Amino acid sequence: MIEVEHLTKRYGPTLAVSDVSFNVQKGEVLGFLGPNGAGKTTTMRVITGFLPPTFGTVRVAGYDVTEEPLEAKRRTGYLPEAPPVYPDMTVDEYLAFVARIKGVPRREIKTRLDEVAEKCAVTDVRRRQIGKLSKGYRQRVGLAQALIHNPEVLVLDEPTAGLDPKQIIETRELIKGLAGQHTVILSTHILPEAAKTCQRVVVINAGKIVAVGTPGELTRRLQGYGTVLVTVEGPAAEIIERFQRVGGVNWVEPRDSSDGRVTLEVHSEKEKDVRAELARAVVESGWKLYELRTSGMSLEEIFLKLTTKDLSEEAAAGAQEAAN
Amino acid sequence: MRNVLTVAGKELRAYFHSPIAYLVMTVYAAICGFVFYSSTAFFVIQSFRTQAMGGMGMPPISLNENIIRPILAGVVTVVLLFLIPLITMRLYAEEKRSGTIELLLTSPLTDLEIILGKFLGSLVLFAILEALTFIYFVVLFLYGNPNPKPLIANALGLLLYGAALLALGMWISTFTKNQIIAGAVGLAAFLLLYLLDWVTAYSNSTAGQVMSYLALTTHFDNFSKGVIQLSDVVYYLSVVLLGIFLTARSMEALKGRP
Ligand SMILES: Nc1ncnc2c1ncn2[C@@H]1O[C@H](COP(=O)(O)OP(=O)(O)OP(=O)(O)O)[C@@H](O)[C@H]1O
Ligand SMILES: [Mg+2]
Repeated sequence: MIEVEHLTKRYGPTLAVSDVSFNVQKGEVLGFLGPNGAGKTTTMRVITGFLPPTFGTVRVAGYDVTEEPLEAKRRTGYLPEAPPVYPDMTVDEYLAFVARIKGVPRREIKTRLDEVAEKCAVTDVRRRQIGKLSKGYRQRVGLAQALIHNPEVLVLDEPTAGLDPKQIIETRELIKGLAGQHTVILSTHILPEAAKTCQRVVVINAGKIVAVGTPGELTRRLQGYGTVLVTVEGPAAEIIERFQRVGGVNWVEPRDSSDGRVTLEVHSEKEKDVRAELARAVVESGWKLYELRTSGMSLEEIFLKLTTKDLSEEAAAGAQEAAN
Repeated sequence: MRNVLTVAGKELRAYFHSPIAYLVMTVYAAICGFVFYSSTAFFVIQSFRTQAMGGMGMPPISLNENIIRPILAGVVTVVLLFLIPLITMRLYAEEKRSGTIELLLTSPLTDLEIILGKFLGSLVLFAILEALTFIYFVVLFLYGNPNPKPLIANALGLLLYGAALLALGMWISTFTKNQIIAGAVGLAAFLLLYLLDWVTAYSNSTAGQVMSYLALTTHFDNFSKGVIQLSDVVYYLSVVLLGIFLTARSMEALKGRP
């Protein structure tokens, strides 16, 4: 439903996103996880057609966002980092305005308004001025705005930022409820949030994708191994096969190959240093070893930069204590 | 078209839900009222004098030449140089500051629909403002008998003049998140375009004539005399188109760096 291919985005000299590719399947909730400045907002702005890509293509519901922007935009709902609201409008006026510019037929506007107001729990503030609402309510109005035209694709940039723990849980439930009918991509820098709300997670750091998988897979990988990068001249298939027989090695992934040299990513059990064994395997087989080092950017280091505490959990624990 | 009207409605609503519309209308009505009062008083004295002298050998004095024209050509055109930046400064600057530009640019609207919507919204506010001036002139119709034809030329001229300023002011508003800056730069630019006309007072060279041609108020002269000339209409419409074109260019750049 969302196809991102070799997306690169530069702001002048700054490379914000570099050769990012991923897909989001129909009905899936995909988490876009990364620390501050990773390039999450930038990627989402390209997907929604706000920014043009420097290189690469993005297709939403089959429409290229630069070739057929209107068709793509019609099918996309977007909640930016800061909810894009007009403070002097009431919630109802605002949602009606958004409905009109998103192309909702006039006679359906009222029912759509009722539906999203109910869904996003803003029914009791519909006649209030948005500027006078609390941040949490404003965020929900932003979410209602993204849903107003019942889009196939939803792009949510940190949808739970600024909400209190109870609202965070409600919003997550709401997003989970959207799965199936809508295709959702949401960004977050909170690890447990991605784990709880998303079926699949793309981890991005410094503009590059560093891991893709289900939350379960990622946590297993995170806990289970260290990574070594090896560059060898020799037959790739044989080398992989040989490395896999080294004690302590979990699995081997090819990274790169050029001029007969292959670079491999060797994942091993966590406490085991497999470097000496790998070197010996190369030499014994008569291949040439060019480089052998632990991967500088391990998934673990990136995850350390993420927020691992979950505000809503703490609050739940707090409430538990208070009750006891 | 529906989208243009939706955006225009939103802009108009914003004007009347903030102090801007009321401030601009009050200032405008007050200045017009003052000038109207003083020039009418002057006119009345003038007419008495003419009568006292038996009206012999004096050209007949007219309401159009002595009240309407000085007010519009002399005062209103200048007052608008100050008031129109107040109308246009928020058009883009405000959307950029509050992040709502992201909503507009990710909605299925074309850039042109957004631009025309904003322009139309501000033009309607301006038309309301202009209508205020003409209320004063209705008084003249009740007590005197001015010629209505020049008044129509004046109304058209003023609308075109305002539209040209609005289009340029809108373009200037695309450059900043700060409304005050957008307003100040707009005012400076308008004053410069106005002063271009003064150059001709000192020089008769080709350059001087070109500058005089470019000056915004020069082309209002004929309208204020009650003459609608195609070249003047074309001039103002070209400025409007230029403003819209430049705004479109600027919106392209906006997407490169929000
Ligand atoms: N308008 C801009 N001009 C120049 N550089 C920018 C601009 N927007 C973002 N960047 C840079 O691009 C990189 C990616 O930024 P981005 O906002 O996409 O990160 P993010 O993952 O959304 O971070 P956060 O979690 O803080 O929201 C950063 O290094 C940032 O400084
Ligand atoms: Mg961000």
